[in-house]
Amino acid sequence: MSEKQLLKGNEAFAKAAINAGCRYYFGYPITPQNEVPEYMSRELANAGGAFIQAGSELEAVNMAYGAAASGGRVLLSSSSPGIALMQESISLLSSVEVPIVLINVMRGGPGIGSIQASQADYEQVTKGGGNGDYHTIVFAPSSIQEACDMIYHAFDVADEYRNPVIVCADGTIGQMMEPVALPEAKEAAMGDEAIAAVKPWALTGHKNKRERHAMNSVWLQQDLLENYIDEYWPKYEKAERELQDWEEVMLDDAEVVFVAYGSTSRVAKEAIQALRAEGIKVGMIRPKTLWPFPAKAFEKLGDNVKHVISVELSKGGQLMHDVKYVLGGKYPVSLINRYGGMLLDPDEVVARTKEILEVK
Amino acid sequence: MSDVKKILIAGFGGQGVLLIGQMLSYAAMYEDKEVTWMPSYGPEMRGGVANCTVNISSSPIASPVVTKDFDVLIVMNGPSLEKFEKDLKPGGDLFINTSIVDIEPTRSDINIYRVDCNEVAESKIGNAKTANMVMLGAIIRKTGVVSLAIMEKVFNKVFTGKKAKLIPANLQALEAWDE
Repeated sequence: MSEKQLLKGNEAFAKAAINAGCRYYFGYPITPQNEVPEYMSRELANAGGAFIQAGSELEAVNMAYGAAASGGRVLLSSSSPGIALMQESISLLSSVEVPIVLINVMRGGPGIGSIQASQADYEQVTKGGGNGDYHTIVFAPSSIQEACDMIYHAFDVADEYRNPVIVCADGTIGQMMEPVALPEAKEAAMGDEAIAAVKPWALTGHKNKRERHAMNSVWLQQDLLENYIDEYWPKYEKAERELQDWEEVMLDDAEVVFVAYGSTSRVAKEAIQALRAEGIKVGMIRPKTLWPFPAKAFEKLGDNVKHVISVELSKGGQLMHDVKYVLGGKYPVSLINRYGGMLLDPDEVVARTKEILEVK
Repeated sequence: MSDVKKILIAGFGGQGVLLIGQMLSYAAMYEDKEVTWMPSYGPEMRGGVANCTVNISSSPIASPVVTKDFDVLIVMNGPSLEKFEKDLKPGGDLFINTSIVDIEPTRSDINIYRVDCNEVAESKIGNAKTANMVMLGAIIRKTGVVSLAIMEKVFNKVFTGKKAKLIPANLQALEAWDE
C-alpha cells in the first residue's frame, strides 16, 4: 500500500488497474466515467501499455477481445448505455473464456437516460446483458478505496475464472474524491513467451511448436455445444461457493435489515444511525458481490428480524427481486428507492422506513 | 454519532470553487481526518453555477451526498446565495464573497462573514488570482475545520513545478482578510 492520496474515483480506478498490470485500455467517452479514458490516454503508454480511443463502444469491446485473447490484461470502462452496447461481445468473450475487467459507472436509464448516479443496471450486469448460458462476476464498491481494491483483485479473478468481471460503481463513486492508498504496482507479463507461461490458452502463436489454439463461439452441432457448456459451467458453481462477499452492519439485534450496495449503502448507513438513535433497531447486509449474490449472508438471519428492506436506486426493485428469491418468503420485503438519476438521502430513508413500519 | 462537518462551496465556474473544496480536502487528509469531496456535475456546469460539497470528520463518513443542513456555506456569487441560503443549518457559518455578491442574506439565525475577496487579493497581495485563497483563509480561520498550519504542506503538494513560485503569495492570501 502506498501513501494516501486524494483522488477522484475515476482517476483512482485507472491507477488501480495499471497497478494490477493492466496494459491495454479501449474506450469511448461517456459521462460520468470520462476521467478513466482521459487518465489512460495520458498515462498508459508511460506504463508500457497501449490506449486506443475507439469509434464506438462496440469497437472498444472487440479491440478488448483481441488484446485479451492474446493474453494481455485489458480494462474497459463505460457507463450504463455504453455497457449495453458492449453486451453482445461480453457474451462472446464468455463463450470463449477470455478474461477482461469492465468498469460500469452507472447512470440513469433506460435508453440514453440521465448522467447522474443510478443503480438500474443491476439486472443488466447480474443477469447477463447478453445472450446465452453464462455469468459475469460482479463486484460493487461503496468507496473509492474499496473500488481500487476490487479492481486490483478483479484482474486476478478474471484470469482465474477466465471470464469477464464487472466492477459496478456509480456516478457518485466515479465523480467524488476521497483519500485512497493505491495497491502496490505489479509487473505485467508482456511478450508471447511470458504470456504463454501464465496463460497457456492465449493466442500467442504456435510457431510450429505446439497445437494451434482457436477461439470459436459457433457450435452448429447443438450436442457439442451442450457438452461444451457442461465443461465450463462448474466454474460458475465454484464462484457461487467461493466468491460471495458482503459486509454486515449491526445485525446482532436488528429487527429491520436494510439491503443496499454501492454509494446507496453509505446513505443507508447514515439512516441506520439516525433510526437507532430513535430506538428502531436497524442493521444492514451490504452485498460486495452482486453476482454471485451473497445468499449465505441471508441464511444467518434469525427470529429477531421482522422486516427486510431493499434500499436502492431503481424503480422496480431490481436488487429486491434477488433478496426476495433468497429469502423465499421468510420475512416481508419492502423497497425504498429513487430512480432516473435522483438520489436517496438519509432523511428520506429514515422517513420511508418509519412509514413502512408504521412508526409515528 | 459522527462529528461530520458538512461544507458547501458554490459560485461561477472559474472562481476556484472546486479548488477551494479540494484544498480543504487535502488539509483534512493531511490531518488524518476522514474526508469526501463531491462536485456537482452535469449540464449546469457549462457557464452556470458550479458547486462542491466537502465532508470532514474524525470517523468514517457514511453518505458523501449532502443536500441540506450544511454547517458551512460559502457563496462566491449572487445566484449561489439565493439558491443555497436555506440549506444552511441554524447557527451555521455563511461566508459571502462581497466583491461579487451584491444582495443581502435574509436569515438572522446564522453567523455571517463578509469577505471582500477580490479587493483584498488586489490591495494586499497584488494578485487578483489569489481571491479564492483569501476566502479559503477566512473559512479556515473562522471555522477551525482544518488548521492554518497544515496549508503549507497542502500548497507544496498542489503547486508543483512552475507553480511552486505561487506558494508564498497564496500562503499570504490565507491571512490577508481582516474581519
